[in-house]
Amino acid sequence: MKSLSEIETTSKRATRAAGFSWGVSEEVGKCIRLLEVFGFPGIKNLNSYFKDKTLNDFESLKLIVKENKPQKNKFCPINLGVNFLDQIRDIERFNNCSFKNIAYPILFLPFLSRASEVIGKKIFFDFDKNQFLLNYNVSISSNFIEEKYPNLARNIKINFLDNKDNFSDLEWKNLYKLSEKTFVEETDSLKQGAAGAGLTDND
Amino acid sequence: MKVELRDPNIIMKLSRLGSFHQSKLSFLRSFLSEFKDWKYNRDLFTLDKNGFGVAVYSFRKMDRVYSLICFANIIKDDERSDRVIATKWDAAFTLHDGIPNKDDINRLKKEVPKQEVGRLSYKELTLSRANKSIRVFDHVVENLSNGKQPNLDLLEKVGYLYRTTAVYGSGKFGLADRFRIKNRDEINGPFRLEMMLVYLVRQFTFDQVNHVAKNKNPKKAVKLDPKICKSLGIGNSTGLGMAPFIVNHPTLLNNWIMSREKVLKKIREIKKVDLQDRDVFKQCLRSSIKNITSWNTESEYQLKKIKDLLKDVKKFLDFIETKFDFKIDYPFNELYLWAEKETCEECIEYIVSLMMEPYNKITEPLVKQMSSEEDKYFTIPTNRKVEELRTIIESKYSNILTIDFEKKQNYKKFWFISKNKEEPRIADRFEEQGSELEQPLAIARDIKKLYEKLLITKKDMTIDKFLSDNSDLRHVVRRAFIIEKFPYSEIQDNTISEDTIPIDMLRLKLSFFGALKFDPRSDKWLRICMFQGAPLPNELKDYDDHWVYKSDS
Repeated sequence: MKSLSEIETTSKRATRAAGFSWGVSEEVGKCIRLLEVFGFPGIKNLNSYFKDKTLNDFESLKLIVKENKPQKNKFCPINLGVNFLDQIRDIERFNNCSFKNIAYPILFLPFLSRASEVIGKKIFFDFDKNQFLLNYNVSISSNFIEEKYPNLARNIKINFLDNKDNFSDLEWKNLYKLSEKTFVEETDSLKQGAAGAGLTDND
Repeated sequence: MKVELRDPNIIMKLSRLGSFHQSKLSFLRSFLSEFKDWKYNRDLFTLDKNGFGVAVYSFRKMDRVYSLICFANIIKDDERSDRVIATKWDAAFTLHDGIPNKDDINRLKKEVPKQEVGRLSYKELTLSRANKSIRVFDHVVENLSNGKQPNLDLLEKVGYLYRTTAVYGSGKFGLADRFRIKNRDEINGPFRLEMMLVYLVRQFTFDQVNHVAKNKNPKKAVKLDPKICKSLGIGNSTGLGMAPFIVNHPTLLNNWIMSREKVLKKIREIKKVDLQDRDVFKQCLRSSIKNITSWNTESEYQLKKIKDLLKDVKKFLDFIETKFDFKIDYPFNELYLWAEKETCEECIEYIVSLMMEPYNKITEPLVKQMSSEEDKYFTIPTNRKVEELRTIIESKYSNILTIDFEKKQNYKKFWFISKNKEEPRIADRFEEQGSELEQPLAIARDIKKLYEKLLITKKDMTIDKFLSDNSDLRHVVRRAFIIEKFPYSEIQDNTISEDTIPIDMLRLKLSFFGALKFDPRSDKWLRICMFQGAPLPNELKDYDDHWVYKSDS
């Protein structure tokens, strides 16, 4: 078994060898490590992408807007991922955004995961009926059950989810009521001596 | 009185970092302190009469066990080499997490002796190999087998029976990643398991030499005197492999240096020094002279440093004994200021280390702050502005900005990874091939390049926009935002200049390991000794904390 340290170092060096800058290669090293930690096939897809890259021109996108389409070919998931992470605070303002044709979308995933941590919001990533929920870079949930990840995502939608409870008020109240059974009723004298309590509360 | 932390522009210069000495913060000393109440045991010792076979040593506390597995192998004299090209060693070692079973030992027997081309598992924590000092080992065997103790002059000159040539950890070759074990209290300090490996290897070398001598002449042989054992350490040959580490781990480097600087600051701020603390300091200072006079090297560079050190330490000692009154307020501050004015860099840092000796209560909490959660500071704050980044660089890299990188001598060297050993190396870019594959270790040059670019960029541009056009500078943008929070995270010097002495970078790291008697063999590698004078495992429960300065060698 390869250690995560080996995975990160080798991915970083390979990315540099594939023509990316050292700074971007460092990002890729961290991202592939992250994918492997979460159980996604990072090394496998990075390998395939670099092979593909020698035959195809993948496009970069400097400024991400609400709707993004490549001019001719497909988006490079690494350049797009780095720019997405860098520009996340601006992109978040759109509430949602879309892309066409991202190569090896699995490689784009860890950048979204890290972006989710930066803005403190869950990110919903949907492409061609495959769905991923990025939870603050702590976990990734998905409905994707195929063994092989596609090397192209055609229609991509990204939603920034508002921080809200995923339970009803009633469910919360019921649970809170139960939790109250661990509390002890204070006597008046204890209340008087509690922190912040003085002879008069208006002095 | 409030003392300021020392200026990174002075402390983080290579010549200063290359003058650092071991201290109470050093990892081998904090390892001993942490493991002193663990149960030590030799669990297995199945060596043949010539000393070849398997041995297992362990440290145990409640349910936690760390086991060193040693494989002593037959190698021919012409196969023995300390160089990285070596493929065989006298002994190979791994530190196993838990108690190894037979299957583990059989698996490791095939892999550990192969070192870099072997595969370890998440159950192994560190990996190393070592070669005998044949001259010393054979001499000791010969004497012990004849009922005599060895010649102390020879032992003092060499200082060890074995020297390691690498100690690996943190995920190398399949070893356990740091994250798997980082929450264990006992290893809450950098390189603690590497230190444990070296410490247990030291004991193996004594047991092996006794075993071979006994088998050679069962009736007459005697054991190596424990006092002599104590005076021996483990040698280590260290090359450029560890130099980039301190560049590649900026927050960790900061935390090492910051701990040292905070300790010094707190000691300088002590208004009245207890007599007992004064005596510990003076006693360690006096005894330490022997560490300097017994420091052997053939390196002219180091010989000069040792000569200057000895001269200045004697001058300092004379000042303390004849002119200085410890009863004044803030005596350590006065002493520090005197040393800064009157002594060389090597001596200043030597005194700083010595000042820590009486102050466990200051050093111990800081030992716990010497690790780092590096990933927390990895993501670049791209919402910041160009103007802010420019200000950071102006304030944190002011000396770096004065270097003229148009001059050839200032970018003469380049760092690369060698193809045959996957290890960092340094070469002359005008004479050697491969500079197009340069590693991102020329931080000073790249920071200056970044700064020049920032000067012609709109001040209010955000960093995300700047990076979309300047991807080649991304690695240094990240570093600049790190140094903003971590002032000692960067070497404030040029690592690719004609005058760069790479062993300064090694020396810094080795001093934090706790190495003694640095012996440069060129400007690119050196030999050191670790644990020389340290308590033996059976003495750990009650040992003299200042053993470093009381060694018999």
